[in-house]
Amino acid sequence: MSEFMLETQNLGISFGGLKAAQDVNLKIKPKELYGLIGPNGAGKTTVFNMLTGVYLPTTGRFFLDGEDLTGKSTVEISRHGISRTFQNIRLFTNLSVIDNVLVGMTNRLPCNMFESMFRLPRHFRTEKELRAAARELLNVFGLDEERRSLASNLPYGKQRKLEIARALATQPKLLLLDEPAAGMNPHETAELTETIRFVRDHFDMTVLLIEHDMSLVSGLCDRVTVLNFGTTLAQGETSEVLHNPEVVRAYLGD
Amino acid sequence: MKKNIRLKHYINYLILGLALVLFIALDLLGVLKRSDANLLAQVGYSVILAVSLNLVVGFLGELSLGHAGFMCVGAYVGGLVYIMLEPQLNKLGAILVALPIGGIAAALFGLLIGLPALRLKGDYLAIVTLAFGEIVRTVIRNQDIFGGTRGLESVRFGNRLYILAFLLAILTVFISQNLRRSKHGRAIQAIRDNEIAARAMGVNVTYYKLVVFAVAAFFAGVAGVLYAGSTSVIRSDNFSFNYSINILVMVVLGGMGSITGSIISAAALTYITVKLTISLSGDMAAIEPMVYALILILAVMWNNAPFLRPVREKLGAKLEALRQRILHCGEVPEDNSPEIAAWDKVPTKIPMDAILSTDFTVDHSFDADRRGKEEEQ
Repeated sequence: MSEFMLETQNLGISFGGLKAAQDVNLKIKPKELYGLIGPNGAGKTTVFNMLTGVYLPTTGRFFLDGEDLTGKSTVEISRHGISRTFQNIRLFTNLSVIDNVLVGMTNRLPCNMFESMFRLPRHFRTEKELRAAARELLNVFGLDEERRSLASNLPYGKQRKLEIARALATQPKLLLLDEPAAGMNPHETAELTETIRFVRDHFDMTVLLIEHDMSLVSGLCDRVTVLNFGTTLAQGETSEVLHNPEVVRAYLGD
Repeated sequence: MKKNIRLKHYINYLILGLALVLFIALDLLGVLKRSDANLLAQVGYSVILAVSLNLVVGFLGELSLGHAGFMCVGAYVGGLVYIMLEPQLNKLGAILVALPIGGIAAALFGLLIGLPALRLKGDYLAIVTLAFGEIVRTVIRNQDIFGGTRGLESVRFGNRLYILAFLLAILTVFISQNLRRSKHGRAIQAIRDNEIAARAMGVNVTYYKLVVFAVAAFFAGVAGVLYAGSTSVIRSDNFSFNYSINILVMVVLGGMGSITGSIISAAALTYITVKLTISLSGDMAAIEPMVYALILILAVMWNNAPFLRPVREKLGAKLEALRQRILHCGEVPEDNSPEIAAWDKVPTKIPMDAILSTDFTVDHSFDADRRGKEEEQ
């Protein structure tokens, strides 16, 4: 295992003349809770999209556990161990809660389409095993009771949780959370903080999260990087960075 | 509980199986007329067409307007094999060889059409499939080997073709249903619901799209071979755009994603069309498409008209209660949320999530399709 779970080197992307993100250098240690913050339009989600293969970076490279994943497709990156949630929830709305998690487990066991079509023994073994694993995961998040309801029928907070559960179903090494507390009240945010911490401890997970809620960031993250207009404004221990005058200025204006 | 859930899974086989047994019984009693047997064969391959198109439209969420084109490939390729082998083997042997060949030929074209499907979405893909259907038909019409404009002379299989058609319809349902209730089916439905999220979960979108198109085309090809056995002349005109639309109508009317719905509506619409064509002769024949359209308009009104809502809900609740009684034998369903009537579950539009949308786009999802509640235990 390399020293850093995720390392980006001068990662950047420009759309035409617009440099949406440039020279992003993240070094995230295993089991770290790392925050990526910044004002709206700073390029945070763009960084996520590069790390998950949605965008191809124009400059720089990134490594997961020492392995270069630059230029790989979303599916390949997912298989190599980066999983994510989305800023606006993107659940499979017409599937049940358990099926959402099961989709995340699609690549876990070998069982080809032919075996499923003709109901060969391996199909049943696979289904049984996956279902047990999915229920275990749902149990951890307190969603097992609702496993049969449609994902779209869950209350908002639980949809967020389900998204995290689904992301974990792919057995990632690194979990990217895009504004997990968006639209939550303080009580739900506190619960979410616990959930994320629990995920880190229970699954030995490295977490990189984008967040606007500073109470969540300061309560949760070991270190943060502040982006502003696509460039790194500050980087380091959370408490230090949040008191950095430049960071305060970026958030509050001059 | 275990037993009750299983019954739900076998309902489609039950419908088709019982119908087949009934018709065979009538046949043996000598009550089944030749025209009826023909009609039944047609019902059989219509069910195959509708159920297979439902794989693309209802499960994968892509609009395909060229299903008749795949049927056309199957009909001509399989038909040619059937005609050539028929003198050497018997009719049954010949068609049994022709069926998989016609299916595979169509499946190859399905792969061909699946390739643009990876890059195109929604309306654009629909146009490509539409063009495909027309191109195939036109090309085939201009080949001498396929009989040119006069059509390809075929050999009628005989009255018992409907048995084969129904058995193959059951096979189609078997495969579609198994595919759906497996990890692959979940992946396919995940692509339909949110392609970006599906990719992020490691779902190989390319692979699944190609396979769905190929499987759907395979069965359309099989239906084409059945058609070849049911007619004396295979005419390319039959596989026009209109026919693709007719198949699509069966799927939409039955409820996208619902296999049972596809079976029932394919059977009903085929029956109505054939009966109308027979009973309305001469000038009156012009009424046929009108009646067809009227049925569709009424069906859509029934689904959506606000003033019918109380009726719909009342009947829906009653049907739901009946369904629960049959499927769960009086047990209270685990999910307490009020169920909506079966036809209100029918999604009315295909999600057309732009393929390269960023995180800021709004999701277009089916409105209230309640699917996925079944669980295999």
